[in-house]
Amino acid sequence: MATKSLKARADELAQANKQLDILNGGIFEEGELPYFKDKIAEIGHFPLRPRKLEILQINVGYMCNQVCEHCHVDAGPDRKEIMIRDTMELCLEVIRNTGAHTLDLTGGAPEMNPDFRWFVEESAKAGIKDFIVRSNLTIIRANKKYHDLPEFFKKHNVHVVSSMPHYTRGKTDKQRGDGVFDKSIQALKDLNAVGYGKPDSPLRLDLVYNPSGAYLPGDQAALERDFKAALLQDFGIEFHSLFAITNLPIARFLDYLIASENYEDYMTALVDAYNPAAVSQVMCTNTLSVSWDGWLYDCDFNQMLGLKVASKVKHIKDYNEDLLQDRNIIISQHCYGCTAGAGSSCQGTVA
Amino acid sequence: MAAPYYDPADLRKFGKITEWSEELGEKFFDYYGKVFEEGALSAREKSLIALAVAHVVKCPYCIDAYTKDGLQRGITKEEMMEAVHAGAAIESGATLVHGVQMMNKYNKLSM
Repeated sequence: MATKSLKARADELAQANKQLDILNGGIFEEGELPYFKDKIAEIGHFPLRPRKLEILQINVGYMCNQVCEHCHVDAGPDRKEIMIRDTMELCLEVIRNTGAHTLDLTGGAPEMNPDFRWFVEESAKAGIKDFIVRSNLTIIRANKKYHDLPEFFKKHNVHVVSSMPHYTRGKTDKQRGDGVFDKSIQALKDLNAVGYGKPDSPLRLDLVYNPSGAYLPGDQAALERDFKAALLQDFGIEFHSLFAITNLPIARFLDYLIASENYEDYMTALVDAYNPAAVSQVMCTNTLSVSWDGWLYDCDFNQMLGLKVASKVKHIKDYNEDLLQDRNIIISQHCYGCTAGAGSSCQGTVA
Repeated sequence: MAAPYYDPADLRKFGKITEWSEELGEKFFDYYGKVFEEGALSAREKSLIALAVAHVVKCPYCIDAYTKDGLQRGITKEEMMEAVHAGAAIESGATLVHGVQMMNKYNKLSM
């Protein structure tokens, strides 16, 4: 398992344009598989346009305590891109005035940003309806200074969404690193202990499942049933919902697909599983993504591919929701990841 | 060298059998889809049965398909291997139970 990001390894796939070359070339250029653009044009959805803005997703930095094999952010301890307080101030101004009902903080491990707690405190004051922090769980156990995070989240009524690739140790550690499973279990117990994830608790704890390999997630409801039964029986852990998320062929997951000679089969599986009903619901149609340095993107994936919004407004300092809503969403072949099967978004299936 | 009899890429073309016999092909795929829905048995249990049978009938396409299906359902490799053993045990049992026929014949022919 890699211990460094693609960027730190100076791998050419750390460059967004190299990734886009792969996604636009090969089996798509040769006509073996259709371009995403042509598929959505068939049902009148090209160009893809935003619906009502519901989610503001802010990536507060690419630093992470883990180096997961599938990570589309190419996050890791060696990544230094961190949102500074000045940019957070600009975000807060937007949070106070946005029409979006959900604020979604992601990373990296967002908790590693030195101004994370300050930002959460200030954001919570804005009174947004659903305030999500995407936590990798192990950060809570990584260092003493993070042990009180469950209490901190509770205090600010944060909705915790955590990654958990499987309910068995082997599969979890293979994807996310040795010891991740045990630390994640302990962190879930800590969250349960302060009231998170209990059946009637308003403190929401949801888990994110994404496959540990070159295959698509199965039925979300069936997986949720299996996860709930196994985590309760083996560890006494409770949680609310499971979101099944498809891995998109970006950064380290793309690197894995190519190195394991699964890329073409995986892209074929995504195209075969294309579900037209998922297109109008894809998350880029109700989300805006902000990067650590304040640039705006249609989604976190486009952020990693360096595809800034196609709007006059490209940076949070010039934020104008009306202008931004009147834009065409930038697409490429990675978008098939969000329209496969029941669809996939940061909130799980969409169709 | 001639092309191999089995090509992994052919699995994706399975649906094409309908082109040469639409009615029967469609009936088969309707039936197939219905069989693997949730029922008295869960779709997960049926996936494991399919994996075991795939090994017994030695269908490489089915092995590929149901290994992937198992992964998608979160089935563990331990569960998959036990299913294969269940299939293998029945298959070897089916051979061995014929030993009784051999014993019967032996006894009948022997003084």
